[in-house]
Amino acid sequence: MAAEPLVAASAADAPFSVSAGPVLSLRGIVKSFPGVKALQGVELDLYPGQVTALIGENGAGKSTLVKLLTGVHQPDEGEIRVGGRVARFPTAAAAAAEGVTAIHQETVLFDELSVAENIFLGHAPLNRFGLIDWPRMRREAREILARIGADLDPDAPLKDLGIASKHLVAIARALSVEARVVIMDEPTAALSHKEIGELYELVERLKAQGKAILFISHKFDEIFRIADRYAVFRDGGMVGAGLMSEIDERRLVEMMVGRAMDSIFPVRTPQIGEEILSVSGYSHPTEFADVSFTLRRGEILGFYGLVGAGRSELMQALFGISRPSAGICRIAGEERSPRSPAEAVEAGLVYAPEDRGLQGAVRALPIFQNLTLPSLGRISRAGLLRKAEEFALTRHYAERLDLRAASLDQPLGLLSGGNQQKVVIGKWLATQPKIIILDEPTKGVDVGSKAAVHEFMAELAAEGLAVIMVSSEIPEILGMSDRVIVMREGRMVGEYPRAGLTPEILVRAAAGIGAGGAS
Amino acid sequence: MTMAPTPRHIPDRLNGSFLRRLKSWETLLLAVAAAIFTFNALASPYFLDPWNLSDATFNFTEKAMIALAMALLIIAGEIDLSVGAIIALASVAMGAARQMGVETTGLVLIGAGVGLACGAFNGFLVAGLGLPSIVATIGTMSLFRGIAYIILGDGAYGGYPASFAWFGQGYVWGAITFELALLAVLAVVYGVLLHGTNFGRRIYAIGNNATAAAFSGVRVRRIRMTLFMLTGLMAGIASVCLTSRLGSTRPSIGMGMELEVITMVVLGGVAITGGSGTILGVMLAALIMGLITFGLGLLNVPGVVMSIFVGILLISVIALPRLLERMRR
Repeated sequence: MAAEPLVAASAADAPFSVSAGPVLSLRGIVKSFPGVKALQGVELDLYPGQVTALIGENGAGKSTLVKLLTGVHQPDEGEIRVGGRVARFPTAAAAAAEGVTAIHQETVLFDELSVAENIFLGHAPLNRFGLIDWPRMRREAREILARIGADLDPDAPLKDLGIASKHLVAIARALSVEARVVIMDEPTAALSHKEIGELYELVERLKAQGKAILFISHKFDEIFRIADRYAVFRDGGMVGAGLMSEIDERRLVEMMVGRAMDSIFPVRTPQIGEEILSVSGYSHPTEFADVSFTLRRGEILGFYGLVGAGRSELMQALFGISRPSAGICRIAGEERSPRSPAEAVEAGLVYAPEDRGLQGAVRALPIFQNLTLPSLGRISRAGLLRKAEEFALTRHYAERLDLRAASLDQPLGLLSGGNQQKVVIGKWLATQPKIIILDEPTKGVDVGSKAAVHEFMAELAAEGLAVIMVSSEIPEILGMSDRVIVMREGRMVGEYPRAGLTPEILVRAAAGIGAGGAS
Repeated sequence: MTMAPTPRHIPDRLNGSFLRRLKSWETLLLAVAAAIFTFNALASPYFLDPWNLSDATFNFTEKAMIALAMALLIIAGEIDLSVGAIIALASVAMGAARQMGVETTGLVLIGAGVGLACGAFNGFLVAGLGLPSIVATIGTMSLFRGIAYIILGDGAYGGYPASFAWFGQGYVWGAITFELALLAVLAVVYGVLLHGTNFGRRIYAIGNNATAAAFSGVRVRRIRMTLFMLTGLMAGIASVCLTSRLGSTRPSIGMGMELEVITMVVLGGVAITGGSGTILGVMLAALIMGLITFGLGLLNVPGVVMSIFVGILLISVIALPRLLERMRR
């Protein structure tokens, strides 16, 4: 049924006035996940022929909202209205049937299938024998592609296309259902400058066709360029909405971050010692360029930036997971650029990764085997394991970290996220490092354990350990760091002492608004 | 939140180790082995003869030697399908060396050395170049066997010195063969290596999550390389024993042995996806397969039926725990 032109409107007869009623409305939406209230009382209206920008920090609830609108999750409370009627989206297909479609950050497409097959996967037009009606599918694919101004052959295999063209296919796929509401989740994140220009044209076209567009972005320049309205999310609630013409950058940023510091962070009097790490000119072919900084004993250095700013990639290069293309790393004055994690650990630099399940922990193995894995050389004699020593070492760190577990022999994967993180941190402390890098140390960690991790981080610094903390949470960055480095698109864009640092400065530097900081 | 003044006590282990052992896979295998042994003893009057039993060990000792190293490799999440071909290449190398007048010590070193070199080549392909081990070793399986055929053609090497025969035909004490004694020693060595050393612990870590192991400072590629070399070495040693026992080399020697070795490892409770398994289990599985082959042989059951038997045993032993698990829900 996707063949008919969605709205046969030319730009001329589409003067959708601001006063036209919303095509989609959210009223009092509440959504909780175990331990977290992701959305609380969200109200949002989307108007035909208008772009509404959805703005908020990481974790503000934007992704959850998209999932509710596309049938992935169901709201616990509240209602979704489409064209004034209450609608339910129990499945992705139901959302599509109501005319809500989404272009995701990373759409799942199939390289081995053709452009047309990708566009119509799951809802291909059928002939009377129930088989795919190929001529009609090609024709309709061509029509949709023409409508978004994409010059692509419907029969071309997807693997032959470039990233930008694949993105167009993803958009065509989203528009192959009769859409009234189009959600674009950071659509420009992977695009080049020229492609972004083309995307803007496409957005204008969709507006002219009368579609309501929800545009999620971290980039203020593009929000001001294409959005008609804004909605700001913070901590799962909407804190402000209105017309773009009636707001400026400064007030948007205030709304995004203007929370009271609701978490309590440990009070510290940092005892900053001698320099332990010095990185100069660190570069990577694709992920980061020309990063230089130093770190002192007893210091907590925060790395802030948007997701994808290259912070984790930088830390993994320092840890020897990937090789830098240029740059020098000095640990305690000695020039050592680790070529493997094993070398980094020997040099006294350890890294607790963001992705605990995949990189940080061997979840099927018991707690004690995880904890001793990097220190086996120290607890063994002539390569032979000594179980008593293993348990003693594990017990020491389990007690220091206030671990909650049934036994030290329990598989690590059975513990809560916070307790898994404690084991990962404990495993590195057992190697007696000089420098510990914690990448999003409280991500997926419940509130209680979060405070324990912060408390512990402060203790470590007080004992003279040098700590690097990568975090996308502004309160955590401000609450824990002695000094903050902001990265954007693989480069350092600012370095700030804690004193006088405000959320506004961080957000502006990370999003590239105005001048960055002094470096 | 402050640290608790008195840290909570977490026990080292919960279950008593006796109870855990009772519920283990190894207990099941032991019961199966005892049942087959009893059945065989009742079914044939010739079964309990020590010399017959001793003879019967030959049908698993060589495979079991390779299974020891293969178990480590599979626990680490890799596999080596080329071990049968390594046996052939090592045997052909020994045969060719014999033609040039090499004596027993030299032959043993050549056999083991060729195995080690083949293992190193597999390790280079997998750990060095990053090829998937199943593909790489299917390739080297053809490669090694092909080289053996080119060197030897349709012929056979023979004329091994009398002292060489001891490895496959000699007895160390009473009815205990050299091969069985060697297997027992190797089983202890591998048992300690896997269960009692840093190296063994790292094998489990790699098999469960190679990325996290690497992120924990484990030198993953070096360990994978070592495991392939060990497997090659064991295939080389098995080749010495087998060549010595048969007294001649044909290029088809050890054909299809890789599957029997892998069957032994999987029957022994090693997860084919890696990450778990014990040496004791693998040795019990070797014993079970040997007992079945021997018992059916005594009853004059043809070889084809034996392979059906082993297949059914493998499937049922693997399927049984899962079926029980499902019934419990």
